[in-house]
Amino acid sequence: MNIDWQHFTPWTALGGGMLIGLSAALLYGLTRQVAGISGIFHALLALPSRRLTADSAWRLAFLAGLLLAPWLPLPIAAAAANPQGALAPLLVAGLLTGYGTWMAHGCTSGHGICGLSRLSLRSLVAVLCFMFTGMLTVTLVRHVLPGMLP
Amino acid sequence: MRIVIAFVCGLLFGIGLLISGMVDPDKVRGFLDITGQWDPSLALVMAGAIGVAMPCMQWARRHDAQRNDTAAGKGDADSESRRIDRPLIIGSLVFGIGWGVSGYCPGPALVAASSGHATALWYVLAMAVGGWLAALSRKR
Repeated sequence: MNIDWQHFTPWTALGGGMLIGLSAALLYGLTRQVAGISGIFHALLALPSRRLTADSAWRLAFLAGLLLAPWLPLPIAAAAANPQGALAPLLVAGLLTGYGTWMAHGCTSGHGICGLSRLSLRSLVAVLCFMFTGMLTVTLVRHVLPGMLP
Repeated sequence: MRIVIAFVCGLLFGIGLLISGMVDPDKVRGFLDITGQWDPSLALVMAGAIGVAMPCMQWARRHDAQRNDTAAGKGDADSESRRIDRPLIIGSLVFGIGWGVSGYCPGPALVAASSGHATALWYVLAMAVGGWLAALSRKR
């Protein structure tokens, strides 16, 4: 294993992570809701088939805040990068992420941050599963498959 | 009041994602690339987030348990199924593939889409279709 010291940003990672943790802690502490992005996303998509409830109201408000964040003039925020590459793999990846997070009831935020903070064994299993296939996929795409292609 | 809290939390969450660099898919893939040049930043994002959230959540849960107020936990995810079942494992494995290919998990994808990146917007649309397909397959 080689650590990529050039791209490693420990302080902004830790600081940004603490803000994310603060957000999750405040939401859980004050409203007993879990700040799981995929859960919020999927619940809001199912809205047209359901009635607007108090639960959808907090989800909408959370999403509004999340979407507003990149429009703020932040001093040290890294710009969201635009991935280069073909659209087709990205669309397939989006389908897999949408399908998977719906089935598993959570993603990196719901299972990763909130679930592990609540010491949920279920979430630990989820995190180990998506970390495993995530690392496997990147290894295949970056190192194994290019070597097999002519 | 709940609406205001949720809005502020969403804003904080988004700012945290931006500052931590997790909206950059290359940074996320750099973390997943353990056999190549490994960027451990994402591990520190998780450590920072859990370091703050865990004591707060554990305190809140103890507080609830002391009051022995089962009604308060009604809307709580705690009351959801705690089973480790096939959908949890298969869903997470499938999500990991999408995460590895794109470098986007749902939160950063939404933030990047909002900041006007067309590719992230496509990804979010595909995510919606994926969730819709999962809902369809479960109904049968």
